[in-house]
Amino acid sequence: GERSCTDMISQMAFFSVTKFYDYRLDICYLSSVYCSNCIYRHHFTVKNCFSSSKSSWVGVVGLEVHAQICSNSKLFSGSLVQFSAPPNSLVSFLDASLPGTLPVLNKRCVEGAVMTGLALNCTINKRSLFDRKHYFYADLPAGYQITQQRCPVAVNGMLTYNLCTGKNRNQTTLKSVRIKQIQLEQDSGKSLHDDARFQTLIDLNRAGVGLIEIVMEPDMTCGEEAAAAVRELQLILQQLGTCRGNMAEGQLRVDANISVHQPGEPYGVRAEVKNINSARFLARAIDYEIQRQIEVLENGEIILNETRAFDYKSGRTIPMRDKEGKQDYRFMPEPNLPPLIIYDNKTLPSNVNHQQVVNIDQIREQMPELPSVKRTRLVEKYNILTEHSITLMSEDGLMEFFETVAENTLANPRKVISWIINEFLGFLKQNNLTVRQSPFKPLALSELLDLLEKGVVSSSAAKQVFTEMCKKEGKSASQIVKEKELGLLQDQAKLEQICQSIIENHPKEVSEIHKGNWKVLNKLIGQVQKATHRRAAPNLVKAILEKKLS
Amino acid sequence: MWRRLVPDRAAWPRAGAGVGPRGGGVGPATWRGIHRPPTGRPARPRERGGQAGQRDRGARGLVPQAPTWQALEEHQLPERTEVTPDMIDHLERLALVDFQNQEGVETLAKAIQFADRLHLVDTEGVEPMDSVLEDRCLYLRVDEVTEGYCAEVLLSGASQVVEEYFVAPPGNIPLPKKEERESFGVQNCDW
Repeated sequence: GERSCTDMISQMAFFSVTKFYDYRLDICYLSSVYCSNCIYRHHFTVKNCFSSSKSSWVGVVGLEVHAQICSNSKLFSGSLVQFSAPPNSLVSFLDASLPGTLPVLNKRCVEGAVMTGLALNCTINKRSLFDRKHYFYADLPAGYQITQQRCPVAVNGMLTYNLCTGKNRNQTTLKSVRIKQIQLEQDSGKSLHDDARFQTLIDLNRAGVGLIEIVMEPDMTCGEEAAAAVRELQLILQQLGTCRGNMAEGQLRVDANISVHQPGEPYGVRAEVKNINSARFLARAIDYEIQRQIEVLENGEIILNETRAFDYKSGRTIPMRDKEGKQDYRFMPEPNLPPLIIYDNKTLPSNVNHQQVVNIDQIREQMPELPSVKRTRLVEKYNILTEHSITLMSEDGLMEFFETVAENTLANPRKVISWIINEFLGFLKQNNLTVRQSPFKPLALSELLDLLEKGVVSSSAAKQVFTEMCKKEGKSASQIVKEKELGLLQDQAKLEQICQSIIENHPKEVSEIHKGNWKVLNKLIGQVQKATHRRAAPNLVKAILEKKLS
Repeated sequence: MWRRLVPDRAAWPRAGAGVGPRGGGVGPATWRGIHRPPTGRPARPRERGGQAGQRDRGARGLVPQAPTWQALEEHQLPERTEVTPDMIDHLERLALVDFQNQEGVETLAKAIQFADRLHLVDTEGVEPMDSVLEDRCLYLRVDEVTEGYCAEVLLSGASQVVEEYFVAPPGNIPLPKKEERESFGVQNCDW
């Protein structure tokens, strides 16, 4: 009886509680007791029965991110790393766990992990170890995964990210999350479940691909924070070139460990939501799970230490039936791999083949500019808002696009920003294009903004030109202005003629103005613009109308 | 096979207990204890980058010239581990094997007791050794594609294939629940 267990547990509030919280072993429980009624072991949070029912629950979120290392060959074998190749074509004998094969570590993967560690302010372990993590699954033919559980390649880091806040999400707060460790490990193969024929098809192309697992401390409190942290991590990895970071192709996969507690109390029992493949779904999954746990606890029930999956269609998390009970991975040292030794300039031995050396200081020198540094530089150089610098960095290639436009136009960088965010990004989203796929080149936008800046076109006409340029490839802004006669109407005589006819056709407004209500003038200006398809020079129109009506 | 190695009476070498080295056959039939160098706990050479010759000499000096052992009484061992039904169930699930009968369970209990004597070895201040390779260099490979493209060979060993895929049963097939197992009635056993 579920109910009777719950009752029993609520009576056990006086039990002393020991806290175990071990991320690596995937175990987290505050305490466990045998419930005599139903022989199952319960993990439960001891709740103060006498506290008021009105409570302020807080979410506690920790992430484990798996990033596929961007390398030519796999972590321990020389087979190609590629997405969507013919099944089982990229598999060596080691990847298929044939007897007699031995792992040989890929240097590029080690360098990628070290560079990622440095970018996340980690301490690089000069000596790290490989371990075997055992579990049975058809797409893991060895029955174990080589990973780094005891002594990983990097530890104790920090990821700083920007969280959008405020009503219109136009303010940002700087947040940070501690990185517990970064470890090198093998990816598994892929299973294709054929429910109709009651069988699973196994493709080992992904088996053995190098992964960097980034384990974060539970420093986040909601889905939005987690999503922002993952986006920043994604940017960093892409910038470093250590991971392509495409979540849809599974190059970046996130598991979230979620629990709730009341401030000052120990952490609650956590549930793990596995394999979330977009930042948006991550935020939704976490927020749903926090809410679900609060409701469960408010009803006096208990949270199970379980693995859940996110169903993006319903927006809910559901228990995964695949793994039952507590996992026991039976970690053991990998006997086929000696410790991984990493050097720096001080410890570098003189007589070692340089191909066999991974040098921390050398990798640090090769590191590209990190997103946060780049953003600061953009803000200082172009005097733009921090929020805008974040937007520029959020799309691959957009920052370069902006810089090229800004360097080649007379227009103020802030004006360039507003055009890029409002027009260019809008166009890309509408047509589902990336910056690199865009037919619209940065110099074309520079030219258009020049025309606007010089007063050749009005800003509304410039938008028309922009739309035309998006439609027709290869035509320059000035060509379109000429063809479509979108140039600013500055001909005094012609404008006077148009203004005169507008005045004649709006006697009511004219008499209002004659009574002293000059606000109505704007309406007449609007009429003139309408008649000229918004090409009339606004200052000229205003001057002519004022002269004629005074 | 290992059961034949279990001594009738537990034997254990204890420093200064006065059980000297015994010559002659140390086969499974007469095996009675754990060999141990006469000069106490062996110190594992841990220095790195030393000359190979030196290390070899040092290691040779630690290998006893003749086998030694000492008798070990049962009461010296840690308390016998109780093999609970839950533990059996857990192990069966991990290993995907069935212990099948009471004898299998007793064999497990004896195996644990056999290994228990290792707890008596004084390892104070000795770093655990993961592997005999641990002071060797880990070879690093250049990131080049040199293997793969052998699906046909790999799949030729598979019992069932669909197109270029291996075929496996859906998901993991869990062991049947304890009550459903025919071979061994867990609820009837006396441990």
